[in-house]
Amino acid sequence: MTTTETQGIEARGPENSARPASGMGRRLAIGFIRNVLPLILAIATSGILLLAMGKSPSFFYGEVIRFGLMGSGWQRSLVMLAPLLLYGAGLIVAFRGKLWNLGYEGQYLLGGVLVVGLAPYLTQSLPLVLAFAILMLLGAMAGGAWTFIPAVLKARFGTNEIVTTLMLSFVGIGITNMLIRGPFQNPDVTVPQTQVMPLDTMFPKIPGSKIHIGIIIALIVVLIVHYVLTRTSFGLRLDVYGASPKSALHVGINAPRMVIVLFLASGALIGFAAAVDMLGLWGNMRANWNPAYGSEILPFVFLARLSVLASIPFLAFYAVLATGGALASQDVGLDSHFMLVVVALILMFMSVIEYIGMKRDLGQSYLPPGLRKALASLLTRRKARNP
Amino acid sequence: MDLLTVAFVSAFIAGFLAASMPLLVASLGETIGEQSGVLNLGIEGVMLFGGYAAFVVTLATDSFAWGLLAGAGVGILTSLFLLVLSVLLGLNQIVIGLAVTLLGGGMTSVLYFENYSKSTPRLGKGSPLAIPGLSDIPVVGDSIFSQPSIFWVVLFLAAGVWWLLTKTNFGLQIRAAGQNPNSLDASGGNVVATRAVAVLLGGFFSGLGGAYLALISTGTFTPFMTQGVGYTAIVVTMLARGRISWVVGASLVFGLSVAVGTVIQLTSINLPTDIIKMFPFVVVIVVLVLFARSAYVPPALGLPYSRGTR
Repeated sequence: MTTTETQGIEARGPENSARPASGMGRRLAIGFIRNVLPLILAIATSGILLLAMGKSPSFFYGEVIRFGLMGSGWQRSLVMLAPLLLYGAGLIVAFRGKLWNLGYEGQYLLGGVLVVGLAPYLTQSLPLVLAFAILMLLGAMAGGAWTFIPAVLKARFGTNEIVTTLMLSFVGIGITNMLIRGPFQNPDVTVPQTQVMPLDTMFPKIPGSKIHIGIIIALIVVLIVHYVLTRTSFGLRLDVYGASPKSALHVGINAPRMVIVLFLASGALIGFAAAVDMLGLWGNMRANWNPAYGSEILPFVFLARLSVLASIPFLAFYAVLATGGALASQDVGLDSHFMLVVVALILMFMSVIEYIGMKRDLGQSYLPPGLRKALASLLTRRKARNP
Repeated sequence: MDLLTVAFVSAFIAGFLAASMPLLVASLGETIGEQSGVLNLGIEGVMLFGGYAAFVVTLATDSFAWGLLAGAGVGILTSLFLLVLSVLLGLNQIVIGLAVTLLGGGMTSVLYFENYSKSTPRLGKGSPLAIPGLSDIPVVGDSIFSQPSIFWVVLFLAAGVWWLLTKTNFGLQIRAAGQNPNSLDASGGNVVATRAVAVLLGGFFSGLGGAYLALISTGTFTPFMTQGVGYTAIVVTMLARGRISWVVGASLVFGLSVAVGTVIQLTSINLPTDIIKMFPFVVVIVVLVLFARSAYVPPALGLPYSRGTR
């Protein structure tokens, strides 16, 4: 396997993902085809699905825009974007090193439940700023800690991290629910949920808006992560490791340590995202609640070519789609999981377009060799029959 | 409470089979796929598609057999995504697998919401294939030998997969495609075709597993009902390293851990349901930690084959 043969999810910065192109226009066109066309195709295909179910796609997507952007919709979308930026950065850190941290749901929920469960005590006994700092650190530590077992197993024995992170994710979800029903249960209600944080102990809003300061925190952290990944020697070593763990060994990179650092950083960013989400937006957690952001933002971090900076506009697009989509689904009487279908379609179209682009780069045929040969033999046989 | 009452043991065995059989079927499919070098991470989605199709067809025809067939058929159809995109075009198997999982979860819950969210129908019990004589054995007979006939079909299928992988030429080709596709290619085999057939067989079993879960284990379809069974099948497959006896054994151990949880709920021991739900996954993690070195995958797993590269 050569590196050019692997698919487009590996660590490629935005600057080297474009082919040597002659003009600015051509580069833009290629960028559009590779990054925006999958979104358009997925929305068109899901529109056909909506038609098949007897719903009007134009009405549905009109509602998505109305609820996601118009009025105060853009503010709701920005509130949703804050944790997504950190979440996306967490995924990118692991994926750049070709480590499949798929246990994000457990990491997010564990971080979130610890923050929201302890917040009522900490915000009352400590100055607010100090309490926020401790809580955010706590969320990050919980998320990071939940990647420790997969990280060690991967570093030590090469155990497939997909299965370990997934299994631990289910355990994390279970522990979260236990904590909500147990020590963090709100004593005033019978419904299993944590205490509701008073509004004045949550993140303050940006003056004149409904947006909490989490978006600013998220942007700062994400820019720092981007700096570390692209401008430091650690970022370079990470990219070398991600491109080829074998060559990383030859240039003296400590692979086991790299695996553990990447996993911890990935989990910590996801736990941090949960802390920002809890302190800024939710303020309490119910049992069996699971926003499952992770699976839904996967295609967008891939479309951003695993660049943290490029992930910002893509995640903003998703925030609008999800904010508007949740309300629009209710409006047209559709299960809100319809968004999962849209996301799955984006992933598929993205992969296919990436494949075509790669074949173009290599100057190869778009058809797989077997199929091409079969088609060719079909054509020549027909020619032979009718001379 | 007396632990050895008839009702108690019967409930234990029934719960044990309900949990382990769908996992066993799905793991058989995943094993064939992984042995050929294709990681089907979309198994969760394929199972949901299969379960939903089986549910719809059984509601319409009132026949469990047609429902199971429909589940297996839809499993084959949905594995076409993996076949075309990952095997034929060589796209990243993890990305496509995740996409199929999301698609399966999303589509089935949207369709269920559209059609059944108001009526929430349930299915009856499948007609058991009672084995004369054996099903008259007290306690054990009632729960094992009166299982709906698919139970016996599953055991037969497991034996069939074992025979296919170890005793036939095609099984050898499948394993070669996962171990060293270059050598298969050099010896005149067709890597892509071998993997394609393996993926379709995998789809058949995953769909059947989903159908078993919906029709027999629970008697209904609910959105996202697999709850990690598909992922557990991937773990079982990796621990079993292609040995069918291990696949059967690991699936049964998993079923046992689910059944222990269910039975504890019947006793006076007051354990939160969250612990019971978590327990099987904790068992899997403990097994993985203890036997980390034995979780082995074929060398070519997840890599698209392209001739001439190494």
